[in-house]
Amino acid sequence: MALNLDFGAVLERWPSFLDGALLTLQLAGVATVVGGALGGVAAIGRRSRYPAIRRLCEVYVEAIRNTPLLVQIFLVYFGLASLGFKFSAVTVAALALTINVGAYTTEIVRAGLDAIPRGQIEAAEGLALTRAQIYRHVVLLPAIERVYPALTSQFVLLMLASSVTSQISAEELTAVANYIQSDTYRAFETYIVVALFYVALSFLMRGGFWALSLVLFPRRRRLGTPL
Amino acid sequence: MHTSPPATPDAVVTLRDVHKSFGPLKVLDGVSFEVPRGTVTAIIGRSGSGKSTALRCIDRFETIDRGEIRVCGHAVHDPALDLRRLRQDVGIVFQSYNLFPHLTIEENITLAPTAVKGLARAEARARAAEVLAKVGLGDKLQAYPEQLSGGQQQRAAIARSLAMQPKVMLFDEVTSALDPELTGEVLRVIEALAASGMTMVMVTHEMGFARGIADEVVFMHRGRVHERGPAAMLAAPTTPELAQFVGSGL
Amino acid sequence: MNGSLNANHLLFLAQGALWTVGLSLIALVGGGALGFAIALCRVSGLRAVRLASGAYVQLIQGTPLLVIMFLTYFGLPPLGFSVSPLAAAGASLTIYVGAYLGEIWRGAIQSVPRPQWEAAEGLALSRTQRMAKVILPQAVRIATPPTVGFMVQIVKNTSLASVVGFVELARAGQIINNALFEPFLIYAIIAVAYFALCFPLSRLSQRLERRSGRGRTTLMPA
Repeated sequence: MALNLDFGAVLERWPSFLDGALLTLQLAGVATVVGGALGGVAAIGRRSRYPAIRRLCEVYVEAIRNTPLLVQIFLVYFGLASLGFKFSAVTVAALALTINVGAYTTEIVRAGLDAIPRGQIEAAEGLALTRAQIYRHVVLLPAIERVYPALTSQFVLLMLASSVTSQISAEELTAVANYIQSDTYRAFETYIVVALFYVALSFLMRGGFWALSLVLFPRRRRLGTPL
Repeated sequence: MHTSPPATPDAVVTLRDVHKSFGPLKVLDGVSFEVPRGTVTAIIGRSGSGKSTALRCIDRFETIDRGEIRVCGHAVHDPALDLRRLRQDVGIVFQSYNLFPHLTIEENITLAPTAVKGLARAEARARAAEVLAKVGLGDKLQAYPEQLSGGQQQRAAIARSLAMQPKVMLFDEVTSALDPELTGEVLRVIEALAASGMTMVMVTHEMGFARGIADEVVFMHRGRVHERGPAAMLAAPTTPELAQFVGSGL
Repeated sequence: MNGSLNANHLLFLAQGALWTVGLSLIALVGGGALGFAIALCRVSGLRAVRLASGAYVQLIQGTPLLVIMFLTYFGLPPLGFSVSPLAAAGASLTIYVGAYLGEIWRGAIQSVPRPQWEAAEGLALSRTQRMAKVILPQAVRIATPPTVGFMVQIVKNTSLASVVGFVELARAGQIINNALFEPFLIYAIIAVAYFALCFPLSRLSQRLERRSGRGRTTLMPA
């Protein structure tokens, strides 16, 4: 069994791969930031005093977590079109990924919020802090610190899942691979290369999140102990 | 409607016929007492007697079913109470310290003065240093709570409350979670506070301490104030329940 | 298929849904077997085995399922292996699911309390006996809720088999849409169908998680 592999023709296209990787990172970045914020808000919403808000957030989370991203992307794409909006594939991709990761973030952040002892909130209330101040200064950061590994893994998974947006022709890494393999007739080599690109991006993101944790959690940086 | 007798003119905290149930369980069954300015009141009693609930009602951590609570001019029983203004006047310290673990001791202390009272950062820091020195932790500004012993954490929690310059301080079994050898340092801080004229209400198990520091002792039994009087009454109880409680060594 | 949505379309979708279930089962069985092997390798006494299985997990968990799909379906034929859409989808899902279940189960094995391992050693059981008789039965209990939770991911991930032309639920929807061009309606129906498959599993895993008292959120690939 002689495998005849030739990576030359594929690797020659490295600028295209880089372009694709850049768009993949941009999509992941936007969805992480906006979706992360959305998830934070929805996690707080799931603990709201108002049953209607709790219910709304729950429906959002369950609807997203129990349907495939591919179908969500099509729904956003065709849904916006049927409403008469015309957005670029990249915009639709970013929107769908944001909505998607927001739901996962909600559940993770909620677990973090639930882990904050009641006494922390009472102490803050006793100091006359407002509800918003309590979330901001007392609850949110420790909650995120507790679930930070799960949260950042979710964002890495999101970056990988963004490959699905190639199906609506967002020109990210996987879409680039698709046309390079059809140009070069070197499908195996192309997808091996692109897989390694994704592995590299995963490590890059993990490194980024580790660096960010040093800024976000000064206590952990100084003491090194879990919260 | 019953008409209330005139309150003690100088009372900082007044409870009048306070009732409170958790579901079918009656926890407070007509509790009344007042705390004059500059005095220390110790609430004692068995667990389940309602003493902690009574204290928590003063700072509206529990809402009451019936009766009247007035604290520094705030009508605590009124649903329309401005909770945050009440809590600026009342400091509360809990059994489990509840320091914010992700913040340094200094940040723990400066948080509320800056966020709630709008104090400038430098001013808040100066105040933090001042209150920490008062509780003997002047060198722990930059430490995180987990780096302190239980007794130090509780003293830092007291300092955090003091930094808001409350008019009355509430202590909810603040030494109960501590190893016996660490309670002394916390009690000494509270003693110093009493000596400085702070109005205080404390729920405590430390009988010797209550006797030494309290101007008035409130003995609660089955949701009622069973006996009430100067600390000397602990030495000469008039009801068998208090006699038994004191005698049990608790 | 022409005109408006009719019973034939719905029948076609139902058939697709059946294949979604079938493919999910293939992925569960194949990925489960592979994952079990990976989990054992990850706690092996041999360093090389641990490293190799760890590298496999890192590599697969760093690669999108879609790329694995393309690699098997488009990548293998030029090298002289012909693959059907079903084989490509089944193999890709097995490779992918194996890495994730392997990690979930490794975690379960390693969270069996230390004293249990020591007690088993004290009984002079062989390494295999210790695993089979003492550790794994306890690990199974720990692993059940996250495994059920991961089954939701498997069902959703089978939708990617549509890109290699395997006619499961999502692909069936695309085919009908090509005839009717009512994308929003059709994808909404597809979404509801997936929801009907996934939601009971989600609820079951939540209930199991609550019963076992472990509130931890398990990682879920989108």
